[in-house]
Amino acid sequence: MQPTMGTQQSSLVKEKVTMKKRSLSRWTETVRPYAYIMPALLFFCLFFFFPIGYMIYLSFHDWSLLDLSAMEWVGLANFQEIMLDSDFHLVVINTIIYTFGTVAISLVLSFFLALWLNRQAKIYGIMQAAVFSPHIISLVSVSMLWMWLMDPQYGLLNAILEFFGFPAYTWLADTSSALLSLILVSVWKGVGYNTIVFIAGLQSIPKDIYEAASLDRAGKLRTLAKITLPMLSPTLFFLTIINLISSFQVFDTIYIMTQGGPVNSTNMLVFYIYEQGMDFYNGGIASAASVVLLGLIGVMTFLHFWFAERRVHYR
Amino acid sequence: MKIMGRIALKTGEAVMLIAVSLIFVFPFIWMALTAFKTLPEVYQFPPTLLPESWQIQNIVKAWESGPFPTYLLNSTLVAFGVLFLQILTGVPAAYAFARYKFRGRNLLFALTLIALMIPPQVIFLPIYVEMSNWGLVDTLWSLILPYGASAFGIFLLRQVFMQVPDEVIEAARLDQASEWKIMWRIMAPMAKHVLVTFGLFSFIYHWNDYFWPLIMTNSNEVRTLPIGISMLKASDGGSEWNIAMAGNMILVVPILLIFFFAQRHIIQAFTYQSK
Repeated sequence: MQPTMGTQQSSLVKEKVTMKKRSLSRWTETVRPYAYIMPALLFFCLFFFFPIGYMIYLSFHDWSLLDLSAMEWVGLANFQEIMLDSDFHLVVINTIIYTFGTVAISLVLSFFLALWLNRQAKIYGIMQAAVFSPHIISLVSVSMLWMWLMDPQYGLLNAILEFFGFPAYTWLADTSSALLSLILVSVWKGVGYNTIVFIAGLQSIPKDIYEAASLDRAGKLRTLAKITLPMLSPTLFFLTIINLISSFQVFDTIYIMTQGGPVNSTNMLVFYIYEQGMDFYNGGIASAASVVLLGLIGVMTFLHFWFAERRVHYR
Repeated sequence: MKIMGRIALKTGEAVMLIAVSLIFVFPFIWMALTAFKTLPEVYQFPPTLLPESWQIQNIVKAWESGPFPTYLLNSTLVAFGVLFLQILTGVPAAYAFARYKFRGRNLLFALTLIALMIPPQVIFLPIYVEMSNWGLVDTLWSLILPYGASAFGIFLLRQVFMQVPDEVIEAARLDQASEWKIMWRIMAPMAKHVLVTFGLFSFIYHWNDYFWPLIMTNSNEVRTLPIGISMLKASDGGSEWNIAMAGNMILVVPILLIFFFAQRHIIQAFTYQSK
């Protein structure tokens, strides 16, 4: 077809355009937009769509990275195996606890931070930047820094606890506390992002609604519950989905800080996939677990677009 | 009484402000302080706040503990290589999505949006197999090519291109400017602001990225900075934390500096998806 045209043109110009259009080969014009999209599409096909299909194919095979030529069709055996594997159960449970812990704590904290920091004075702008700063730091540095802070013998956190008369905490060194410690790190890293997005959401609420509420002598809590929260629900929904997706795929902190331990207490999906595929050469198991993860994230993505279509506020 | 209450509230808030900023900023300060201590001082409990003597040479020691010039070069090549490809593929795609009507446009754009949502952590295994079949594992290509097109970049650029008035493009067409020229000489400069925003996002993402190079590389010649720095940590726990923290300064300080000078741009870049 043709490029979209404006409306206000003199007839002379219009004529000229039509003449020019006729002289151009129609075929070039039809193909042009596809040609422009082609390079990007080629990359998406090679490194996104094809891999998704290929992964599903791989999950029905027994294979290993050691010898890619030896692939054996095994049907659903890989899925059966992970469904019966108690390690995989633990991995899924850990991932769920980690995800809900991180998302819940992070969203609640950032909501209150946003209410508090959503002000004009300069100090609040500086605070927003400070709270946001961990978000742009490499997870390598974040992980190593927090490993050092959480060192059970020489770490700063235990020094602070001791200073205030509390007993030292085990942090990453014990099965009872390692997962919680990882949650803490990811909340620290992610809360600033959520805060900034919440603040943007708060600022998009029309001021006159609040004016009307104050004319009606609505109390602060009532205004929060009846106006702010409902008006913020699209933001809240967006953040929930984005946070769920990013928590499902946690890897770097585990790999650097705990290697899934102690005794599998911090082993989660992507780390499990990595170990099975790259270390234990169980390609089939690893790709079956990847398909499970893809399913989870697929559901999240679907919900995201579904709600984006029919915005959630003004119920 | 009311004034007293006000003052109490203000002091309370000031205390909160300091406490919260310490929680987020002090870990970085602690990183820097540790980086300049001697090893015996690092393993002192309770720890000292300021180093007894500032060991500036720790940074040099970290830098010389591995082939860091190579890591730095690789990180830079990958981050800029990816950005270059993403702009090269993104501008035409965004232009087509924004300015042409064609069969399948909505479907293709929806596919692009899906690519925006699925993280690479989910599909690294088949991509690894692909790379392995092509003999590209453990090369810089395996770090650059999978990120050659950015759904996010296309999405951002399309947004700007849609807002360019029709008259601008028509005028250029009447001047016999080719579509290619319109795209790069007229549209792209009009999206300068967004290109900078996107560039910062992409650069910081790939500069920081640990997962992908960990999967794809296993020799020093192609490793990037985050991998090199993570190797400063001993696996048995008895790490030289001062050297490790000094190494991390190499990774963190440039980003914090960019953040300091381009705060607005960066916050916008990283939170744009929310709109």
